[in-house]
Amino acid sequence: MRFAVLQFPASNCDQDCVHAIRVLGHEADLLWHKETSLGNVDAVIIPGGFSYGDYLRCGAIARFSPVMQAVQRFAAEGGLVLGICNGFQILCEVGLLPGALIRNRSLQFRCEQVLLKTANHETPFTCRTPHDKLLKIPIAHGEGCYFADEPTLARLQANRQILWQYCNPAGELSDDANPNGSLLNIAGICNEQRNVAGLMPHPDRASEELLGSADGRLIFEGMCHTLASRVPAAA
Amino acid sequence: MPMKASIIITPKKAVLDPQGKTVQGALEHMGYQGVKEVRVGKYLEVDLAGVDAETARRQLDEACHRFLSNPVIEDYRLELHD
Repeated sequence: MRFAVLQFPASNCDQDCVHAIRVLGHEADLLWHKETSLGNVDAVIIPGGFSYGDYLRCGAIARFSPVMQAVQRFAAEGGLVLGICNGFQILCEVGLLPGALIRNRSLQFRCEQVLLKTANHETPFTCRTPHDKLLKIPIAHGEGCYFADEPTLARLQANRQILWQYCNPAGELSDDANPNGSLLNIAGICNEQRNVAGLMPHPDRASEELLGSADGRLIFEGMCHTLASRVPAAA
Repeated sequence: MPMKASIIITPKKAVLDPQGKTVQGALEHMGYQGVKEVRVGKYLEVDLAGVDAETARRQLDEACHRFLSNPVIEDYRLELHD
């Protein structure tokens, strides 16, 4: 499979994402934000970082980059798009995912391992995660508190768009396991069509045992598995 | 005619504002009385030239909605001055 990893000014997890995909034996190429076409790729990753210095709001300026027009077309055609951390913020700003990420409840930048419960296993991003498995994946953000109004939250629940939630070692969605004050302990969601997802934790930083956890691989493996099972378009 | 626009962006009432809460706590701690609520937002000052007031207002109103504020979490107030 071929992944495009977007690169904005002040993206800083772009190389981590490329590495994580290559470790899985797939191709990954960096794509500069001024590009107007994605080329021939199977999936897109919007990596973490501080695009445009987080000026105005996190992701607010990156969403207007030329490459994001191409990402929106790709997503509309069913292409798989994963936004990690700042990438999640960009996907919310551009409207591909509902809601917004605001300042952490504690006002602190939180950089630590968290545990994630997978709330829906029937998506390209979660289909390879065993049902009883809690994912150990690090976070590193100051603005990761997920917010959406009541009707949006109700829709997310009704459509099973909540994919990952912060939990304690017992798998409970407790308040003390919530690192940023996210509503419903939300760490990541997908769109209604299930082809665009975003999460604040970094699967790219948990893709090899050497890094303390390889649980993040399960998310990328889900994407690759889904792509491999798609019927190739007629030539 | 040159004009100035003031744009004030504040978190919506329903949105948790930990910055506002912390500032409020500090004000109370310092002994300032009667502080009911503090919300921390942003202030943008835009200098304009070569557009009439109506066009300026229409364009900035659109920009506030599309870009300068995020309607999911923020409200904005736009004022034009000579």
